[in-house]
Amino acid sequence: MTARLDGVPAPRVLPVLRRPRLPFSPWHLLLVPLALVFAAPLVWLLLSSVMSNAEINRFPPALWPSHVDFSGYRYVLDNALFVRWFTNSLIVSAVTVVSNLLFGALGGYAFARMRFTGSRALLAVMIATMAIPFQLTMIPTFLVMKKLGLIDSLGALIVPSLVTPFAVFLLRQFFLSLPRELEEAAWIDGCSRLRVLFTIVLPLSRPALSTVAVLTFLSTWNDLTWPLIAVNHDTVYTLQLGLTTFQGQHHTNWAAVMAGNVITVLPVLLAFLGAQKTFIQSITSSGLKG
Amino acid sequence: MPGLPKAITVTPAQNHIKSRRRRETAAAWAYVSPAVLIILGLGVLPVAWSLLLSFQVDDLVTPSRWVGWDNYAALAQDPNFAQAVGNTLLYTVLYVPLSILFGFLLAQALNRRIRLIGVYRTLVFVPFVLSATAQGVLFSFILDPQFGAANSLLHHLGVSPQGFLTDPGQALLVLVAITLWSGTGFCVIVYLAALQDVPPSLVEAARLDGAGTWRVLRHVTLPAIMPVTAFLVVWQLITSLQVFDLVYVTTKGGPLGSTTVIVYFVWEQAFKNFTAGYGAASAYVLALALLVVVVAVRLLRRPRKTVRKVLR
Repeated sequence: MTARLDGVPAPRVLPVLRRPRLPFSPWHLLLVPLALVFAAPLVWLLLSSVMSNAEINRFPPALWPSHVDFSGYRYVLDNALFVRWFTNSLIVSAVTVVSNLLFGALGGYAFARMRFTGSRALLAVMIATMAIPFQLTMIPTFLVMKKLGLIDSLGALIVPSLVTPFAVFLLRQFFLSLPRELEEAAWIDGCSRLRVLFTIVLPLSRPALSTVAVLTFLSTWNDLTWPLIAVNHDTVYTLQLGLTTFQGQHHTNWAAVMAGNVITVLPVLLAFLGAQKTFIQSITSSGLKG
Repeated sequence: MPGLPKAITVTPAQNHIKSRRRRETAAAWAYVSPAVLIILGLGVLPVAWSLLLSFQVDDLVTPSRWVGWDNYAALAQDPNFAQAVGNTLLYTVLYVPLSILFGFLLAQALNRRIRLIGVYRTLVFVPFVLSATAQGVLFSFILDPQFGAANSLLHHLGVSPQGFLTDPGQALLVLVAITLWSGTGFCVIVYLAALQDVPPSLVEAARLDGAGTWRVLRHVTLPAIMPVTAFLVVWQLITSLQVFDLVYVTTKGGPLGSTTVIVYFVWEQAFKNFTAGYGAASAYVLALALLVVVVAVRLLRRPRKTVRKVLR
């Protein structure tokens, strides 16, 4: 997909290596305990997911597994509902990411490069909607989805986030920064607008597209509030929603709950570790431009 | 000059331009229509709808009835709503300054070129990308009063077991602590980006003039990162006034309403008690509070970018 990073230049390692560093800095004395505070809950998440329930339920509970026990994972993966929730989350996130890229690019391009009546007013309204808190819109959005007959379907989870004003606005800003000349040459040669967008503009816009992809994925995959409202039937649950009920139903089987939690967190963690630079840049830049 | 081709050539060209512009307008509208449809239909329309709802009695099923200001009047007297407002304010007053302060201090510590610095930064930031659900499930396990790791650790240290999320006196503070664990990383990353933009020449010049660490911080670094701090204040305010997922997963507003925040109250009214009009009214109170706060912070900040400038 567009979130690939191979277009990003990678000489970042060099300047760090250039300056010889001390083998030990006193700062480590401060940073090691600090890092441990942040890491400890995550380490405990991993450890408890491979503990046996006997070890977890003992008091005081074991702080280290005596042996690696995968029964929690086996229990979770044998559960057809859990697999279903994972698939649902995957579908909802994938569709949302792709449609945000597509509709965000189309809308952003029209706002950046095409002249049409009402464009300014429309753009102003779009920017304004970014400031509307979700709580204000959640009840009517539920009613709209109900009117459309989408409640209790994946459609209800997808439709409200098919395209966000954020995607349109961010892509518009990026398109504005591209040199017009490239497009004009192709346009004069008789290329259609749509073709110019897809063959010239979008390939140049990888950083912006991956920002939109990363942030859309993060917010869709991690969302709980909207699925909680829009979906009642456990076959349409997302992973986050499933996990909350899972916790109650399987209170004795903490190893399984923790294994489920690890699996829920894994896609986001992998996305983050794989695209750390883009991820952090997108989060800082998208925030700071607001 | 007998040739009069002017009038003949110009008109078709103008026609051409006209039809081209019309085609462009049509194309542009086709491009923006999905975005416009979704954003107006599910962004702007609901704002107005919510306002209408807040003057009605609505159970999401049967036809609604107009009641005027009754919902707002009832809110003003509802002790549960007052408690929710109080809890949200306490949460915000604790979380926003602490996360920004810790974020700044950590960014200072992490802004050096030493070995493993990348690992430290990653570890501090990773909790931020976890969903509130994952955090909630993880911490209700760790903080379980009977067999949680936290009490086990306290036991080893000789401290008596704590109630954590089950103790009305502690629950909200514990929630703040959990969000600090996950949310500080965001402030750290934003501050790190800002610190790297502080011109080194400025710092060096100050040092040459004999300024110590403290004075460099006070007169160079802090002023340089002021805009970022203002942004973080607004951002953290918005996120903390809207906290919901973590509360839903860990305490469901309890014990004894001690962690019922405004959004939880809105959700409970609309989707649990099926009093959507009442919920809409409380959502409007929250939205207005947010608006006031954001405008106030914006006014305190130097007016720089206006909407007009963003729009060009």
